[in-house]
Amino acid sequence: MKKQKTVHHGQQQQLEVQLDNPFELLAEEIVFLILDFLEGNPLDKKSFSLVCKSFHSIERSHRSALRPLRLERLPKILSRYPNAERLDLTLCPRVTDASLSAISSSCGPVLRSIDLSRSRFFSGSGLSRMVAECRNLVEIDLSNATDLRDAGVAVLAAAKNLERLWLRRCKLITDMGVGCIAVGCRKLKLLSLKWCLGVGDLGVELVAVKCNDIRTLDLSYLPISSKCLPSILKLQYLEDLILEGCFGLDNDSLAALEHGCKSLKTLDISSCQNISHVGLSSFLSGTECLKQLTLAHGSPVTAPLATSLKKLFMLQSLKLDGCSVTCSGLKAIGNSCGSLRELSLSKCPGVTDEGFSFLVARQKQLKKLDITCCRRITDFSIDHLTSSCKGLTSLRMESCSLVSKEAFILIGQRCTSLEELDLTDNEVDDEGLKSIGRCSRLTVLKLGICLNFTDKGLSCIGGSCSKLVELDLYRSAGISDSGILAIACSCTNLEMINTSYCNGITDTALIALSKCPRLTTVECRGVPHITSLGLAAIAIGCKQLARLDVKKCSMIDDAGMIPLAHFSQNLQQINLSYTSVTDVGLLSLTSISCLHNITILHHNGLTPSGLAAALLSCGGLAKVKLHVTFKTSLPQALLVHLEARGCVFHWRDKAFQAELDPKSWKLKLEDILP
Amino acid sequence: MEDLEMDDEETLCAETWLKPSSGNSIPQPNQPSFTNFTLPKDQPACEDPSLLDFGVRIGTSFSKYSLAPDHHGQSLQSNNSNRNQGNVNQQINEALQVGKAQDWDPPAMLNNLSFLEQKIHQLQGMVHIIGVRRGQILQQSDEIAMQQQQMITADLTSIIVQLISTAGSLLPLVKHNFAGPTDGATGQHNRQMSEILCNPGLGLNATNTGESHGRGGPNIPNQSNQAGPTGDTAHSHPLDERELKEEDDADEGENLPPGSYEILQLEKEEILAPHTHFCTICGKGFKRDANLRMHMRGHGDEYKTPEALAKPNKGNGSEAMLLKRYSCPFVGCKRNKDHKKFQPLKTILCVKNHYKRTHCDKSYICSRCNTKKFSVIADLKTHEKHCGKDKWLCSCGTTFSRKDKLFGHIALFQGHTPAIPLDESKGAEGLFEQGQATSGEKTKVAQSINFSFHTGSHNGSGVKNIMDVKGSIDDPCSYFSPINMNSFNEFSGAAFDDPDGGFSFFIPDSCNYDQKNDLDVVLQASEQ
Repeated sequence: MKKQKTVHHGQQQQLEVQLDNPFELLAEEIVFLILDFLEGNPLDKKSFSLVCKSFHSIERSHRSALRPLRLERLPKILSRYPNAERLDLTLCPRVTDASLSAISSSCGPVLRSIDLSRSRFFSGSGLSRMVAECRNLVEIDLSNATDLRDAGVAVLAAAKNLERLWLRRCKLITDMGVGCIAVGCRKLKLLSLKWCLGVGDLGVELVAVKCNDIRTLDLSYLPISSKCLPSILKLQYLEDLILEGCFGLDNDSLAALEHGCKSLKTLDISSCQNISHVGLSSFLSGTECLKQLTLAHGSPVTAPLATSLKKLFMLQSLKLDGCSVTCSGLKAIGNSCGSLRELSLSKCPGVTDEGFSFLVARQKQLKKLDITCCRRITDFSIDHLTSSCKGLTSLRMESCSLVSKEAFILIGQRCTSLEELDLTDNEVDDEGLKSIGRCSRLTVLKLGICLNFTDKGLSCIGGSCSKLVELDLYRSAGISDSGILAIACSCTNLEMINTSYCNGITDTALIALSKCPRLTTVECRGVPHITSLGLAAIAIGCKQLARLDVKKCSMIDDAGMIPLAHFSQNLQQINLSYTSVTDVGLLSLTSISCLHNITILHHNGLTPSGLAAALLSCGGLAKVKLHVTFKTSLPQALLVHLEARGCVFHWRDKAFQAELDPKSWKLKLEDILP
Repeated sequence: MEDLEMDDEETLCAETWLKPSSGNSIPQPNQPSFTNFTLPKDQPACEDPSLLDFGVRIGTSFSKYSLAPDHHGQSLQSNNSNRNQGNVNQQINEALQVGKAQDWDPPAMLNNLSFLEQKIHQLQGMVHIIGVRRGQILQQSDEIAMQQQQMITADLTSIIVQLISTAGSLLPLVKHNFAGPTDGATGQHNRQMSEILCNPGLGLNATNTGESHGRGGPNIPNQSNQAGPTGDTAHSHPLDERELKEEDDADEGENLPPGSYEILQLEKEEILAPHTHFCTICGKGFKRDANLRMHMRGHGDEYKTPEALAKPNKGNGSEAMLLKRYSCPFVGCKRNKDHKKFQPLKTILCVKNHYKRTHCDKSYICSRCNTKKFSVIADLKTHEKHCGKDKWLCSCGTTFSRKDKLFGHIALFQGHTPAIPLDESKGAEGLFEQGQATSGEKTKVAQSINFSFHTGSHNGSGVKNIMDVKGSIDDPCSYFSPINMNSFNEFSGAAFDDPDGGFSFFIPDSCNYDQKNDLDVVLQASEQ
């Protein structure tokens, strides 16, 4: 049997294979497994299916999740992939009732999940058709359907098998719509009503009464009182309850609660300012299984509040972001909580050395710690932290301004299991980085606004932290090409890099970074020396590039856009503001089919007609940020048409600001801060 | 009241109670049993005041009611439970019935006498029980013993009351003329007695009348009043409330035994007559007696006296206590006296409302909804106050004026779901139909100008090509303009309008639109 194989390797190559297809020896399941590994680049699967007819049909029958770029091609796509269970329409801003009907008739009972959270222009009748035809729908995301009213969501009641439903920001729906859903969809396990401002106690109560299988309930920012809480807490499988920003809940009403929910594992009552330790302790009575508690932006964390956590034997994660914290409160947390794995004290005023060091000395099991903007802690705390919590995997300590450079040496020496380290806006220097280099498992490192380290320190990181995935060097003034070179050579897994405002960087660094094939995000704003040459190297080397920000890189021009348009077929988001790119470059970018977000704030070199042509031919545009002058110079009808296609325009009128050098920028920043 | 004080100062009271009883020559059958508690049977001295208290009290009541009706000086002390209280009243009613129903005829007399006989037997049994209890008391704590004795006391009291009432009813004077003047001490006493007994349910009022006669008559209502405030309200307040409401089913659960009241039956014409009070001089009719009295003033000075203007029967409590109940003239109606489970109507107004509601045409139609019909104009007015406000609807068709009531209803019943008013769902439907219409239209346009520029979404609606930009064809926005939408709303709305008038609603699951054909057109168009 003779077969022609097409192998896709940048360029196409044809091979004559004499022997029988070796893949015929493999069971289909094994090929499916192999196929599952082709996750990274969506083009890989395309190449796979182009190999031969059998591969094509294998890929055809195996693919279960689709994320179409253009809705108009959906009929063909759906006929090609008959087993598409999951349909993600987040890249299709315009989905009309007719499209929904087409989807329903071609998918039918196969469809199990659909995401319409970024789509508009559909109504209840389209949804009605969909739920009638796709009987097996288990998951629907209708978030951001801001024009959908009760009648529109009420049709979902016919989706009897629905288990997960998101209705975030469906602001017009009320208790009536939610009531219909509650009566119809009895199998619901997850329901998110976040920001459904029209839904109150009655609707939520009915959900709790009718849908007994609910596991996850998100009621954030609903105008509910504690009237509906007893029925919610009676849900016997409820594990995850989010009550963020429910201002109607207060101590008095919580005190009346008779029993807690035994199955509850995660509770979020952030931003409920009317709940103090009194209400909390009555809420927490009976919820012994709680593992994660979020009290962010709530009432002050005092000793009584912390003591009320004593009953929660299973508590592993505690988030107190933005709460004012007292020393005794921290000490009580240290004493009351069994063994916390995760603690967040981000932006908590009142975290002092005394309380914090006591806390960490008691909580030796801590894995994740967030002390962002705890500006009063010093080396003393870091010393206690590092000597006590040696198993720390994540440490976020942005803007801990009193911590001196010696402390970072301690971190590197003692916490060698660190995987994530955020040192933004700190005093860390080369010695510190050298020490941190011992954390060989580091995947995320943020060194933004750290002015004291140089290429030398960065090279140490590059030399030892080969697993690095994300590196943030925003406004790190001391680095140049050699530092980036060291990183690029060893950290080949790098996916995100931010070198914005690093003046010392040139094309050499970009060429080096082009050796990192997994790079998806490149931010290099305000780097004056990089040119189209460096950008071309990135475009050619980093096939998976999805987000590119070259704002204020004035040397980048149309020459950089052409390779980008040709090679970076995965590019979704680009910021070209204040570069030298003109109509020509912009038009060439329109061949990138995924592109859905463009920001161009300058107007030099751009003409209204060129811009119009570019915008029209970019079919998938969802968001465009332009200078305000184009609002009048572009034809109104064109704007109307683009908006009807689902594109949102943002108009900016901001004068170009010349960049300060990083040191004076930081000085200016410190002037602003109190 | 002295009885209340007694509870507080029991010892003291026991002594005060002792005196009259000791001075009493009438035998006290149960007294020895109590004195026997700690002492030999023949020893008369009582050392346990609390025990003695009951014995003495019972003794007193015996002396008062059963044997010496002239002894009215003391009210009957009792701490009966509410259960007993209810019992007492029930029995009083029975007694009353016996007392009232007969009309000086020998069979009734015989009946009453046998009733008396039966009651006396009962009394004997009761006393016997007390004797038996004596043995048990020895083993029980004082408290339990006390409670038991209290219960026995109450039972005794009730039986005694029945005896008195039945005995009183045997006298021919009583039953004929309650209000009429009586002469002779016995007659007066009997009259007072029957006043009190005829009025078992009036609680507080009864107490007052009882006290007004207090100098001579036994304070039986006082006793019932004392049984506890719950006992009181259970009997008096609900009646008052119902009378205020003037509902025709107000006396449901009143459970008056048949014969315990006088049954009146108005004729149909009488019931439907607009006026019930007529001027005897000029014949003018009035709905209310008060209005008639005001009218009468015009007929002469004799009608202007305070007596003539005063509300009849006021202050003459005895007449008000005569129970009157009404029967509906409609044969077969449950409110008709010939019905097996006859339930009488309480007032004339109840009769009127009942007759109109149940047996007349509903001629008053609500001018707002044109659906609801009423036969009583007051009902129409009540409905009109709320008509249109019942905006909360269930799929079963039930309407609610309050959202929480609707949700309570839905939470209770399986399969019921909130119904969303059509005017809201109309918007959504309108949008859809409009989308279909425009898509077809748009495709035609695209074909006619034969433009090949491939753009946007496949249904073509709202998608503009570069030619459109120049403004040659209306922009897609116009499809979404409010004017257009409204016209569609009206169009699609008509299809859903309920021909019966009233409300029509969009109920989930119930709408099946045949969209397939249109859709195929759309899809074909998009593939071109």
